[in-house]
This record gives sequence, C-alpha cells and structure tokens, in this order.
Amino acid sequence: MDVNNIAALSGNLAVIGYGLAAVGPGIGVGLVVSKTIESIARQPELAARLQVTMWLGIAFTEALALIGLATPFIFA
Amino acid sequence: MMIRVLIVVVLLVLFTLWAGTFKKAYEKGTVVPSRFQLMGEISLNFVRNSIAREQLGERDGDRFLPLLTTIFFTVLGMNITGIIPALNIAGTSVIGLPLVLALAAYVTFIYAGIKKHGMHFFTASLFPAGVPPAFYILVTPIEFLSTFILRPVTLALRLMMNMIAGHLLLVLCFSATWFFFTSTQVEGLMRAFGAGTFLFGFAFTLFEILVAFLQAYVFTLLTTVYIQLALADEH
Repeated sequence: MDVNNIAALSGNLAVIGYGLAAVGPGIGVGLVVSKTIESIARQPELAARLQVTMWLGIAFTEALALIGLATPFIFA
Repeated sequence: MMIRVLIVVVLLVLFTLWAGTFKKAYEKGTVVPSRFQLMGEISLNFVRNSIAREQLGERDGDRFLPLLTTIFFTVLGMNITGIIPALNIAGTSVIGLPLVLALAAYVTFIYAGIKKHGMHFFTASLFPAGVPPAFYILVTPIEFLSTFILRPVTLALRLMMNMIAGHLLLVLCFSATWFFFTSTQVEGLMRAFGAGTFLFGFAFTLFEILVAFLQAYVFTLLTTVYIQLALADEH
C-alpha cells in the first residue's frame, strides 16, 4: 500500500480559495446587521437612519467578497 | 448589447410620458393624481427625499439631484433585465456600463470637492487633520489608494459582480432542473430533484428582484456619500 499519498485533491483549488475569502465578509456583514438590530431595539425612533448606515456598511464589507469573485477574471 | 439600447429607449419613453403627465396635472391643477402620475412621483421622490436631501441637505441635494436620479434609474432599469423572461441578462453584468457610471460618480465627487475647497480638497483628503506628522508616511498612501483608486473600482465591481453572481446562480438552478428532467443518465426518483432546483431557481429570481433594487439604491447612496464627504468641512 502506498502510504506517501494520504489525501489527494483534484479540481480547481481556486474554488476553495474563494470559499475562504467569503468567510471574512460573511462574518463582517453578520456583525453589521446584528449591531444594527441591537441599536434599533434600543432606539426604534432612529431606525430609518440606522438602516441607511447599515446598507453602507454592508456595501463596503461586501466589496471584499466581490473583489474575491473578480480576482480570477483579472489574474487568470 | 441590444438589451441596453432597449432599456434606454424604455426609460426615455417612460420619463417623457411622466413629464407630460406632470405638466398636464400642473396646468390643470388636478388634485387627485392618476395612478401613472403617482408611480412617477413616488419613485422620483424616493431618490430626492430619502437619498439626496437626507444625505446632502436641501440645497446641495437638489444641486446633484439630476445626476443621482439618472444613476438610480439607469442602474435599476439595467439590473431588472436580469430577471425579465426572454431578456434574462442584466445590462450591468458587463464591465462597460458600471465603469461609465462609476467614472461619472468619480468625476462628480472630485468636481464637488474642488468647487467647494479648491486645491485644498486634495491636501485635506490626502493629509487628514489630527494625525501626527510622522504617520503621514503611512496614512497618505492608504488615503490615496482608498479615496482615489478603490472608490471607483469598488463602485463598478460591486454592481457588476452582484449581477454576475445572480445570473450564475439562476443559470445553475435552471440548468440543473433541465438536466434532472431531461437527461437519460438520471434514473427513477432522482428526477424529483429537478422540482427542488426549480423551486430554488424561482426563489432566487425573487431574490434577484430585491438585489436589483438594492444595488441601484446602494450605488446611488454611495455616490451621494462620496459627494457629501467631498463637500464636508474639516473638523
């Protein structure tokens, strides 16, 4: 039995790379939304303004995941 | 792409009709708006009140309103083609259009900054106040990169990649449905998976409508915020 080869992987490694790259923005967007919900629960009258800020925060965080998605098009 | 031409024509016709309706209602002094007029008022007021005026204030908001309205409705119209049957691809899912819109936003916020502060706009944004002088070695390149390079790049990329990802998801779901229903390799109960993927495809189509509106909103909002940051006085 060949013991040198314990695990083998075939296919495109970039897929795993993008999966890892999506973890950070995923956590980030989650934090943004959870903090906004917390703030709205504390001060419901500020909901409209907090939501605008939330969308901005999501847009900035999400950009990281989308840069990851664009990378293969740029460097391939 | 023919879709873009089509959408531009649709938008032009829509806005000409709206302008005609508004003019007629104004001249006649009609109190109760028609449905078509109300639709126009609601969508135009949305951009004016909850994006432009809320972020920029009444005076500056109205100054940049034409650009913001154009950006919002162009992006929305081009995005929505992604889920219209028989068109099925978003006009914004190719780099050209997002790039042009992002460049328009880029030129506008730099113009707004120069108009308000002159050349001081560049020094103020590259050398932010309240930082110890030694740190400018580190801060200035980062500020330059994030303000003058990453802003337009992320504006264009965010829009385009959202549309591409949405399109890929829909293609994945519906081509899986096609495979499970028609392929001869699939046997027996495995065909039932096709119904599941079809449902997923339908759900993602609804999600794509949300994304189309959201991306139009986010693009316009970010343009507004960049203009606001350029106009802001130093603290």
